[in-house]
Amino acid sequence: MAKHVVARTAEIPPGGRKLVTVRGREIGIFNLDGEFFALFNRCPHQGAALCSGEIVSRLESALPGDYRLSRPGEMLRCPWHCWEFDIRTGQSWCEPNSVHARTFPVTTEPLVAETVDVTIAERYVVVTL
Amino acid sequence: MTLTHGAIDCDIHPTVPSARALLPHLEPYWREHLLRRGLERESFDISAYPSGSPLTARPDWRGANGLAATNLAAIQAQLLDPFRPSAAICNVLHGAQMMMSEDLSLALCRGINNWLIAEFLDRDPRLRASITVPIHSAELAAEEVERLAGDPRFVQILLLAMAELPLGRRQMWPLYKVAEKYRLPIGIHAGSSFRHPPSAGGWGSLYLEDYVSYAQGFAGALNSLLAEGVFQKFPDLKVVLIESGVSWLPASLWRIDKTWRGVRSEVPWLAQLPTEIVRDRVRMTLQPFDSPPDRAALARVLDQIGSDDMLLYSSDYPHWQFDGMDVLPDGLPPALLPKILFDNPRATYPRLAALNPVGETTA
Ligand code: FES
Repeated sequence: MAKHVVARTAEIPPGGRKLVTVRGREIGIFNLDGEFFALFNRCPHQGAALCSGEIVSRLESALPGDYRLSRPGEMLRCPWHCWEFDIRTGQSWCEPNSVHARTFPVTTEPLVAETVDVTIAERYVVVTL
Repeated sequence: MTLTHGAIDCDIHPTVPSARALLPHLEPYWREHLLRRGLERESFDISAYPSGSPLTARPDWRGANGLAATNLAAIQAQLLDPFRPSAAICNVLHGAQMMMSEDLSLALCRGINNWLIAEFLDRDPRLRASITVPIHSAELAAEEVERLAGDPRFVQILLLAMAELPLGRRQMWPLYKVAEKYRLPIGIHAGSSFRHPPSAGGWGSLYLEDYVSYAQGFAGALNSLLAEGVFQKFPDLKVVLIESGVSWLPASLWRIDKTWRGVRSEVPWLAQLPTEIVRDRVRMTLQPFDSPPDRAALARVLDQIGSDDMLLYSSDYPHWQFDGMDVLPDGLPPALLPKILFDNPRATYPRLAALNPVGETTA
């Protein structure tokens, strides 16, 4: 396992995402209100490019006629068969116990990059893989 | 396969011999209404089971008038005495349930229920019945359930798979509410009130296609109950699919599970795979069983149904599903039989829960 710097935090605003390739693997980096999450860009169902799917909320209801929108912008809907996955955990909504999208640990870390005459100190998104 | 004694037969069909037989059991207003319109001369046969159709009655069970199961003596001689069930549930198939006038529908259903009490339930302790209700008015149906729920011999409420509206629609909910209140399962019998063609593609020409399409009617009814959230709204409600053919179910469930995974957000109250809900809350009577051609395939179908709790023994008397005493479809695993014949019916019908295999209710 190694750490890989994949983006500057400023590149992925809240609600945004970036597709990166780490050691040959496509990974989607998502920013949920300042927290970063990484999902393998491959749907556990039949392999679609999951991370290009629409970002949606969770529509919940205990009973018909009682509707609640929860977790706004925290679900990812697969572009092929519309299974929905929790961006935070990779858990699928339809079979949470058996179907998961693969996730990777993400941190943000301050790094210093020096060039000839400028020093840029910024936070970077780092994936462990 | 023949039967061990003491089974609970979850579907038999006493036949109202003619509307005239109902007259003594109607309220005076409706008796006069029928007579003025000459309706006592009508048969009120339902098109799903025309009395002349070979399926509607086994030939050796037909009486002199061509009808079968019109009186207690026939039912005793042909079913209760030879097959010796500990209990048998009477489901009356009759046009009463689907009259255009909801009030007439209720009046006739009441007449049928009173006829059932007087002619059958009061005269043989082995008999039980479903409450016959007007299927196009949930309010009036609920009223009839309220009238009879105190009688423990009524163990279920009878609907047909295809009516004016899909069965899950909210207009039906007042009936489900009262069913849940009295812990009476909703029995959905094959057939249609023919407000719509039995095949969604339009009216067919022949009985064969109608009858075969009834299985799709069940799938539609079940899909509606699931999608509309009836099982969440009424967490104690049970549903029994009567005379559905059984083996259509697995493919239908695979299809709804698959589709639900993608459109779950449209029906968020369905928080579980539809199959799991069905295994928990839906039961099916055994006859007719659309058996695959060989035993190994039968075992696979049972496996695909995926639950030993779902099948309830039924003879479907006097419908012609078998000959002689061979009431059980060939190839049912012996280990499953005690469940099908007895345990599952008892678990499904709270009012039969205290029945023991020789047919006596324990105190
Ligand atoms: S490939 Fe993603 S839902 Fe089918």
